[in-house]
Amino acid sequence: MDYNFHWRPVFKTLPDLLQSAVLTLEVAILSMILGILFGLALSLIRINMTGPLKWFAVSWIELARNTPALLQLFFFGFGLGAFGIHFSPFLIVLMGLTFNNAGYLAENFRGGFNAIPDTQIKASLSLGMNSFQTYTRIIIPQVLRIVYHPMTNQMVWAVLMSSLGMLVGFRELSGETQFFASKTYRIFEYFAVTAVIYYVLVKIILGISRLIANRLFKY
Amino acid sequence: MIKITNLHKQYGELEVLKGIDLEVPKGEVLSVIGSSGSGKSTLLYCINGLEPIQKGQIIVDDIDVHASDTNLNSVRQNMGMVFQQWNSFPHLTVLENVALAPKIVSKLSKSDALEIAEKQLRHVGLGDKLSQYPSALSGGQQQRLAIARALAMEPKCMLFDEATSALDPELVGEVLDTIRLLADEGMTMICVTHEMGFAREVSDRVAFFHEGKIEEINQAEKLFGSPKSKYLQKFLSKVKT
Repeated sequence: MDYNFHWRPVFKTLPDLLQSAVLTLEVAILSMILGILFGLALSLIRINMTGPLKWFAVSWIELARNTPALLQLFFFGFGLGAFGIHFSPFLIVLMGLTFNNAGYLAENFRGGFNAIPDTQIKASLSLGMNSFQTYTRIIIPQVLRIVYHPMTNQMVWAVLMSSLGMLVGFRELSGETQFFASKTYRIFEYFAVTAVIYYVLVKIILGISRLIANRLFKY
Repeated sequence: MIKITNLHKQYGELEVLKGIDLEVPKGEVLSVIGSSGSGKSTLLYCINGLEPIQKGQIIVDDIDVHASDTNLNSVRQNMGMVFQQWNSFPHLTVLENVALAPKIVSKLSKSDALEIAEKQLRHVGLGDKLSQYPSALSGGQQQRLAIARALAMEPKCMLFDEATSALDPELVGEVLDTIRLLADEGMTMICVTHEMGFAREVSDRVAFFHEGKIEEINQAEKLFGSPKSKYLQKFLSKVKT
């Protein structure tokens, strides 16, 4: 093997890489926030409703969980693009990840809701709380604890999945790496450094998640 | 206080309550006994509006519980209910468990809600557990927590659904003592129970349920002392009194 490692160009553009890592985090966090909201709604619809709305929720969940994330991204990019509906690369990735996150989280939430005994609802109704108060004060806080770790997993998955963004022209961490790698031909070096950045990002997320859990779940 | 006329309740095809007429005046303690599946618990769920009814009427404090224009949430504020599974809210401390409903349902200020909660918890003997989470409590303590939680809404009556059935035997006493305390204070109560000794001692009247009907109802001493119905005689011969 007569490959000579050249790390200098990588380190020279490290600030650019780190900046694109921020973009990666941004899209991952936003897609998680939206994913949690949509996922919660989807699971509640799936549990409580019948008819077209339920059909819609089940289709969403099924497609999100059983088709490649890349194809989901392509749908919001090239798929809708074919019909003349165009979004910025950032929005395409955000929509794709949100779609995927919501589908997976919806099933986690459903498991969480099923794990709360029905009698908790009866008990809070018997105290005069209405259904909204019962859900927001009693049920959802307990569900969030049950789905907390699956949710952390999904957050990690969202960060890693966002790398697919480079295939729809989004210059997040992987897209930026690809850009510099092909410009300088230091392909191995660039992707090696990027892998380390991803690794550190994920470790930070897991660490923060643990800290939050320690503060939040005292029971 | 509570007036029930011709109450019918069905779960699908299964008729659980087949015409119940019952009146519980203010301050009375009524125990409901009978074998499993006789409709005792269902009666409490119907009174609290947790289960819809098919026929009849339930009036609590001059309000028709099942009328379509009745606000169930406000009806329930006047009725405390304690369940077989104590149902403490695991994510809230003991104090928060009790203070939550006064705060968000009765719209008390935070400090007033906490004050009431603390008062009720001391009342049931949990004054030293305020900042604990329910998981650190025994079953008996959790059931007393549930009683304090219901009392914090300052209800006009209390419904107990087999409040001691899920407890270890050595913990039954402390919960019964708490209910006894309420009886002494003149609280109107309906207690579905399997504790015959307790029913006999604490209740003003006892109703015996059999297959969805009130088979016999009488003052506690008379019902246990000289049961008339042959079903009641058979029931009492099987349980220790």
